[in-house]
Amino acid sequence: MGEIIRYLKDLFSILIFPGFLFLTAAGFCAEFIDRKLYARLQNRVGPPWFQPFADFVKLVGKETIIPREANQSMFTLMPLVALSATVVTIFYIPLWNMRSLYAFDGDIIVVLYLLTIPTLAFFIGGWYSTSLFARIGSVRSLTQLFSYEVPLFIAVLSSALLADSWSFSQITLFYNRHPWYWLYNLIGFAVAVVALLAKLEKAPFDIPEAETEVVAGSFTEYSGRFFAMLRLTLNIEMVVGAAFLAAVFLPFGYTLGPVLRFGIFMVKIIGIIVILSFSRALFARLRIDQMIIFCWKYMVPLAFMQLLINLYMKGMVR
Amino acid sequence: MAHAHKFKIPIGPQHPALKEPASFSVALKGEKIKGVDVRLGYNHRGIEKACEERTYIQDLYLIERICGICSHAHSTCFVQAVEELAGLIVPARALYIRTLVAELERIHSHYLWLGVAGHEIGFDTLLMYTWRDREVVMDILALLTGNRVNYGINTIGGVRRDIDKTQIIDVLAAIDTLEERTKYYIEIGTQETTLIKRLSGVGVLSHEEAVHLGAVGPTGRASAVDRDVRRDDPYAAYDKVSFEVITDTHGDVYGRTLVRLKELMQAYSIIRQILTNLPDTPIAVKAPRTVKAGEAISRYEAPRGEDMHYVKSNGTDKPERVKVRAPTLANMKAVKQMLKDRYLADMPIVIAAIDPCFSCTDRLVSLEYTDKNDDEIIEWGKLRAYSIQWYKQRGVDFSKLNKRFASKVVW
Repeated sequence: MGEIIRYLKDLFSILIFPGFLFLTAAGFCAEFIDRKLYARLQNRVGPPWFQPFADFVKLVGKETIIPREANQSMFTLMPLVALSATVVTIFYIPLWNMRSLYAFDGDIIVVLYLLTIPTLAFFIGGWYSTSLFARIGSVRSLTQLFSYEVPLFIAVLSSALLADSWSFSQITLFYNRHPWYWLYNLIGFAVAVVALLAKLEKAPFDIPEAETEVVAGSFTEYSGRFFAMLRLTLNIEMVVGAAFLAAVFLPFGYTLGPVLRFGIFMVKIIGIIVILSFSRALFARLRIDQMIIFCWKYMVPLAFMQLLINLYMKGMVR
Repeated sequence: MAHAHKFKIPIGPQHPALKEPASFSVALKGEKIKGVDVRLGYNHRGIEKACEERTYIQDLYLIERICGICSHAHSTCFVQAVEELAGLIVPARALYIRTLVAELERIHSHYLWLGVAGHEIGFDTLLMYTWRDREVVMDILALLTGNRVNYGINTIGGVRRDIDKTQIIDVLAAIDTLEERTKYYIEIGTQETTLIKRLSGVGVLSHEEAVHLGAVGPTGRASAVDRDVRRDDPYAAYDKVSFEVITDTHGDVYGRTLVRLKELMQAYSIIRQILTNLPDTPIAVKAPRTVKAGEAISRYEAPRGEDMHYVKSNGTDKPERVKVRAPTLANMKAVKQMLKDRYLADMPIVIAAIDPCFSCTDRLVSLEYTDKNDDEIIEWGKLRAYSIQWYKQRGVDFSKLNKRFASKVVW
């Protein structure tokens, strides 16, 4: 009996809360906040609150066209791979509890790995749709991946270095024992936010889907429910990415009451989404060569600086 | 296998970057552009031919619809040519009002361009801001002429609407607002890092190239080509106002942006001068229905550069020939030069930087870029002989026809 209840509980957390259903709703909310804020910053009215959901429903109901030249299985499989990878990630991130749902030692590496999969899926999906625009877009997203992933990894892992653990839950525990230590990671946080912008392919790093050059990049040939799935993936990735950054760089407020904890978690996520929308509204899109130069010339040294600071701090702590 | 890594991607005829159909076939190697094949002509509407079948007054409305943005430019240019043919002396007030609308049109066109440029480099905030502010000048144009786009203010011999004192107050107030905003955009343009990064060093056109390829308007002036019809060959009331011709030495898209922004400031000053010195004369003289035989060329500094109209009359109420050379055509040749060995990402902004208007441009002129220099110039007589020969080979003989026409047609 206890076995069954445990399975049901797992099923509940995977499918409903904080799994798929919750994430979908959160993704829609995130898209709404992003779009509304972006619109207000541009002096526009912006969409009503249900717009992301309405867009989703409309897309799902539309005809799905698969190009004859495209590799059928890859083309249809990749949106699913991307979506499941992003949803799975949430189980290994400490949300409002200090412990993530299925914590194990070294899960921070798994989270970084899982967050890379959507980009790879976009690449493969775009590549196999055989459209020229999609191919150029997907090559661009891969080029971009190699540039922002390095500073992101260094920034995240330097935070883990200070906590002296590869386990996400251990890291959160450490930062709760030393409440103000997260302030040392602010440079890393800035680097990671920029990397997240690139990961979500948002301006100024929306190079892979720059509509004035490559139409919609990897997504050019996608339509109907596959496109809806890709959009949902990006929305969920925004929430998951924000939750990830919040857990690594803003690990506070875990000792309060359950409602307050949840509230603080939400505030953190919304705060990161607000930063993303602001930078989307404030900057022009970079060129791919400028993006690579920016990542390797400024972001990587900054991330290394974070690493050095944390190495020094670690000596101080001991 | 040298071509193995070469992509050939079609930008157009339908593409999100293009507001009008035109085709740019781009050969890519990686992200670098190795060659561009430009094809225009998707928007050909046969306006020149249609003009020959309508009276001068009807043509005026047709000509005004050549372009949706610089409609006043085309109609003024045409009207000037017809007035020259008819020997009309246009009252001063009409000339002032034409100049006023022309400068307001320049303002709205440059604002529009700034927004489009922002969109092309993925800076949509700039697009939203400039197009919001553009509404101010659009409202003023609607107030003065009754229309937002095709103003219909010109008529042969003058203008159709007068402006009164309250309108002058409204225009001045709007100009103050716009000047404030333009100062803000100049500040953004000279300070915002990502914007400068995307614009400077892109689409470079040296002074020599600009002269050689005949670049006009802001495109030429950004390469220090100091030419402006308003000053060099004044029309309307431009000889009565003082203004500066803005040039820039950057020679890239950034320079073109600065030229347009500074031209906006000049436009405000011109409008203020016009409104304070508005002479008190009638707004039009009566024009005859028929126009004496003859031909005339009229030049006009449209927001995009020099616009040129040629009108040939044969003494009836319909022109025998109307020829339009829109500024975009003059600038198209420079585009290929600008795109050489650039990144694909720069392509939309480089094309947009000449402020192209393909529907203006699409006359019956085929513009084809070839890398070979084997073009030869055929004289009219030779071409005619060649065509007769060509048809003869295919069994068509025009010699009888020729005899019949020989007395009437003089080649």
